[in-house]
Amino acid sequence: MKFTFAAFCYMLVLLLTVTLIFCAIWHIIAFDELKTDYKNPIDQCNTLNPLVLPEYLIHAFFCVMFLCAAKWLMLGLNMPLSAYHIWRYMSRPVMSGPGLNDPTTITNADILAYCQKEGWCKLSFFLIS
Amino acid sequence: MHVPSGYGLHPQNYIAPSGHYPQGPGKMTSLPLDSQCGDYYSGLYMVPTQNMVTPNTANQQPGAQQMYGRGPPAPHIVGSTPGSFQGAASSASHLHTSASQPYSPFVNHYNSPAMYSANSSVASQGFPSTCGHYAMSTVSNATYPSVSYPSLPAGDPYGQQMFTSQNAPTVRPARDNSFSGHSMAISHPSPLPPPPSHQYHQQQSLSGCNTLSWSASGLPSTQDNLRNHTGSLATANSNPTNTAADSLSCPVMQNVQPLKSSPVVSTVLSGASSTRTPPAANRPAEPVASVTQPSELSQQKGVDSSSTTSSASPVPNSYDALEGGSYPDMLSSSASSPAPDPAPEPDPAPASAPAAPQPSKMAKPFGYGYPTLQPGYQNATAPLNSGVPPSSPAYSGFQQYAQYPGVNQLSSSLGGLSLQSSPQPESLRPVNLTQERNILPMTPVWAPVPNLNVDLKKLNCSPDSFRCTLTNIPQTQALLNKAKLPLGLLLHPFRDLTQLPVITSNTIVRCRSCRTYINPFVSFIDQRRWKCNLCYRVNDVPEEFMYNPLTRSYGEPHKRPEVQNSTVEFIASSDYMLRPPQPAVYLFVLDVSHNAVEAGYLTILCQSLLENLDKLPGDSRTRIGFMTFDSTIHFYNLQEGLSQPQMLIVSDIDDVFLPTPDSLLVNLYESKELIKDLLNALPNMFTNTRETHSALGPALQAAFKLMSPTGGRVSVFQTQLPSLGAGVLQSREDPNQRSSTKVVQHLGPATDFYKKLALDCSGQQTAVDLFLLSSQYSDLASLACMSKYSAGCIYYYPSFHYTHNPSQAEKLQKDLKRYLTRKIGFEAVMRIRCTKGLSMHTFHGNFFVRSTDLLSLANINPDAGFAVQLSIEENLTDTSLVCFQTALLYTSSKGERRIRVHTLCLPVVSSLADVYAGVDVQAAICLLANMAVDRSVSSSLSDARDALVNAVVDSLSAYGSTVSNLQHSALIAPSSLRLFPLYVLALLKQKAFRTGTSTRLDDRVYAMCQIKCQPLVHLMKMIHPNLYRIDRLTDEGAIHVNDRVVPQPPLQKLSAEKLTREGAFLMDCGSVFYIWIGKSCDNNFIEDVLGYPNFASIPQKLTHLPELDTLSSERARSFITWLRDNRPLSPILHVVKDESPAKTEFFQHLIEDRTEAAFSYYEFLLHIQQQICK
Repeated sequence: MKFTFAAFCYMLVLLLTVTLIFCAIWHIIAFDELKTDYKNPIDQCNTLNPLVLPEYLIHAFFCVMFLCAAKWLMLGLNMPLSAYHIWRYMSRPVMSGPGLNDPTTITNADILAYCQKEGWCKLSFFLIS
Repeated sequence: MHVPSGYGLHPQNYIAPSGHYPQGPGKMTSLPLDSQCGDYYSGLYMVPTQNMVTPNTANQQPGAQQMYGRGPPAPHIVGSTPGSFQGAASSASHLHTSASQPYSPFVNHYNSPAMYSANSSVASQGFPSTCGHYAMSTVSNATYPSVSYPSLPAGDPYGQQMFTSQNAPTVRPARDNSFSGHSMAISHPSPLPPPPSHQYHQQQSLSGCNTLSWSASGLPSTQDNLRNHTGSLATANSNPTNTAADSLSCPVMQNVQPLKSSPVVSTVLSGASSTRTPPAANRPAEPVASVTQPSELSQQKGVDSSSTTSSASPVPNSYDALEGGSYPDMLSSSASSPAPDPAPEPDPAPASAPAAPQPSKMAKPFGYGYPTLQPGYQNATAPLNSGVPPSSPAYSGFQQYAQYPGVNQLSSSLGGLSLQSSPQPESLRPVNLTQERNILPMTPVWAPVPNLNVDLKKLNCSPDSFRCTLTNIPQTQALLNKAKLPLGLLLHPFRDLTQLPVITSNTIVRCRSCRTYINPFVSFIDQRRWKCNLCYRVNDVPEEFMYNPLTRSYGEPHKRPEVQNSTVEFIASSDYMLRPPQPAVYLFVLDVSHNAVEAGYLTILCQSLLENLDKLPGDSRTRIGFMTFDSTIHFYNLQEGLSQPQMLIVSDIDDVFLPTPDSLLVNLYESKELIKDLLNALPNMFTNTRETHSALGPALQAAFKLMSPTGGRVSVFQTQLPSLGAGVLQSREDPNQRSSTKVVQHLGPATDFYKKLALDCSGQQTAVDLFLLSSQYSDLASLACMSKYSAGCIYYYPSFHYTHNPSQAEKLQKDLKRYLTRKIGFEAVMRIRCTKGLSMHTFHGNFFVRSTDLLSLANINPDAGFAVQLSIEENLTDTSLVCFQTALLYTSSKGERRIRVHTLCLPVVSSLADVYAGVDVQAAICLLANMAVDRSVSSSLSDARDALVNAVVDSLSAYGSTVSNLQHSALIAPSSLRLFPLYVLALLKQKAFRTGTSTRLDDRVYAMCQIKCQPLVHLMKMIHPNLYRIDRLTDEGAIHVNDRVVPQPPLQKLSAEKLTREGAFLMDCGSVFYIWIGKSCDNNFIEDVLGYPNFASIPQKLTHLPELDTLSSERARSFITWLRDNRPLSPILHVVKDESPAKTEFFQHLIEDRTEAAFSYYEFLLHIQQQICK
């Protein structure tokens, strides 16, 4: 039973990872567009912000699954990212809707570069896992 | 949704010039623009298509009805009887009568012809007016672009410098300007000119000689005059002789740049400066006003025609009658006109222009035997005029080219650059800070001049508009990191300029790949191609550009005005519009809750508005509207034809709607009587109100709805925390924490409601300006967002009360006057470009960043400043120069689309010493202050303070390590950085960043807002006030401004040690002046200046100096008036007695002294030294 649950976990995680990879790619493309002037930051934030929370929740869900399945190694791998997500969400700018990105600051080059880097790191992380 | 009719007109107009002036070479008339621009901009431009407002009534109306339609079912309507719409329609009463008028009348109202006509008037009328403008520009085509530099505003030495310097090297070629045909025809008995080519050379050579001689003669003669430009005016008028001119011009140069090389003779003309009065009377109506000189005819073809079809017109930047006057022109002569006539230009003004005598005068100053060559050609300008403002017939010329070898030689001339860049002893002279007692210079600190070769220096942008923290750009990011100095730009793009070349051209020449506008720093590879100085792409020179309207010569693209001026303004074609230019629209949203009525600001506002109603910038389409709010929102129907303004009340603040969308914003001229009635009635309408709530959020939403079809400016007056509806705020300030040295919280917004609203507004080209007049905490940190992101401006009047606090009331009055009448640009975008390898990083100011280098500014005003941080992405090893270009595209209040372009060019250096040599310490401080504001909001105030201290420590220690031979015990700074620690200390003691002193949160936040959006000149005064001793003013070193003598007392250090009890001191803090009167101050002074017999009888609150007829009073007043000129926030004056309680206000600005919470300057230096040694 326990084995099957773990297997189930892995399968589910595999599927969900695909969605997360998709999210990360989307994220990277979006910021790239922003950088090259194709899009209005307001629109961009409106498309990105709703994705942030689901992405974080899915990842938190992984962690819970791994915890239940007692896969300590995988849990160990994923916890730092979860912690990072929590920190990131706590320190988001003041805003009424869900999401992280504020259209007024997102075009700031530092933040833009940071977000892009974040996207690439996550992509590679998900690909590995 | 384009309105065809409107649009169609423009092209026609554009072409019109050719019609008028057929004489111009055929080449000029080029096709209407290239499509590229259009694409580009359309991409950028924010306005979604739906918004394109069109004067189409048809479109609007359905909308309106819809809106309205929502009304009845909902109980919103005050009358509360469903279906009835407020008594509004006819009842005269302002109060909301619960009228039970049926709904239908209302509808009728809508459809009524009157309504229609109003709308249609927008359509038909509005456009024509635009045409009018265009036409105007056309006319002005005839005139020549020129840089005429008439009098600069007083106190602007930089501006002057720039202009003059540009002209300077040239010999002032002949100049007679012909300004409108009349005067010119007369004179110039010119000998025949040599053939053009020859002339050119000759001229060059001449110019060289002349300049030298000129400078030589000029310099000694005049030193002081420089400063006062206006003064120069007067002088110029009175004696048009050359010497006068010399004195004028030369000195200018001197002050600004204490250069050794003074080839800088400025050609500023006396004529230029002389008159402000428009010569309108003279301008003949016919286009071809000009008469040409015979000699010219022979020379050039086309000369005879007074006008050319194309391009540049010296329309003053201030098209408003307000600022304008005339443009006196300097005339120009261009290279083609061989006459190196040194003479100053005659004054174009009819009154003062004695054209005939002129020539004789001209030649004198130069001792050279040049024959007066042919007077330049005359440009006759075409007169014009639509009565509107000043188009200037005059014109000035670009004389520079005489010396300027041609841009294509630029690169070769750059070769010599390295020679020049040998370290400047002065700016690198090590200064031991701990031992140098008097670090502050006696005179105001000028911006350092970039170390460029002379030609480029003259062409460079005025430091008033455009400054870089490092005037020598380090080659690599590594070098920059080593220097530990901030790299960035400080911009004041929409500054009031008295003169600026305006170019009307069918083709605006831009780089095809990076879209840079052509500028003085591009290089011409040959006649047909130019190389972009930002991306290095080689572009073709369009046919039209080959013709130089100034000289009327063909084939000299490098002499076009665009290439001769680093600040120019283009009249943009319809390719730069996504919709027809909007009219000026002003909406006032006024708080009328009990608190507001109590404070009494309405009286002052209405009074100011009544006085300035005719001076509001705008054309015949100008629209205006009013809304008031307490717990409900009140609209005012001012539709033409009503006998009295109608008040419409909407009490449903959760779902705001506009009762009559069409008649709330009305044409200023058609409904002027109603508007005046309303303004007269408003102050008394709410006197008995008991409503204490304030529904600011819903009122703003309504304002947004009202403005979104057109865009424009919303002015919000608020006196308390918003307490109802969306955007409610709570008091977050804990008064006990005001003086805490620990954490200062709540510097950021509490809600993003205002930010979102601002973004929406910005998207609809609406800016929100906030006037906060409150006696208690109002959470400015949250409220300010509405202005920050919509490119508005913020005014704050703490503890405002019209009787209890008269000085604030007076300040409001003066600020309003400036606010209402200053220039304004609508639907603007600003793009900053820089040489490949550099990149923009963070922007500071009030705007919304549309993309990485594009700022969207719903409105732009002349008092807005911006800062940009830069980073070096690629090494700049293969270039010796970098350039920055700011292009501001906006719609003027007259409905013209214009682009103002500033270009700054700076050298690249590879050694650390050179980097230090070129530090502009004031710019660096302003940039650091901006960065510190960001840091305190995003992180914490103490972080920001630490970062400021670290900035000094790092840069000084980095410098210390480069100069190894010095003793390490001393705190050494290069001379260019010697004021750095002082200014940082001043910043730390500034309201925005100080700790330990009781500071109200709103005051602190307001100071931060100021830092973000004030231009450098004003910000520096705020950071480091100027202190002068005024009880012993003398005429020594005085300057002359407008016939007044303005004494120039030396600057004093900001320390109590400089205050003596026997003296009286004036402190200029930018937005406030303090006059401190010492206890044993000379009674003569008190009597002569203040009008009281002795110290004891001076009242505690004194805010005016009486106009006494004594010499010392006159001096003091003229000095203060001079300081006040050109301030966006007109300073209020406080007379502070030595023992009065108000003196703490004064003493807190003495930043070199120790306070209970902060270091003295000396302690601060020791602290830095310790940190460095660590």
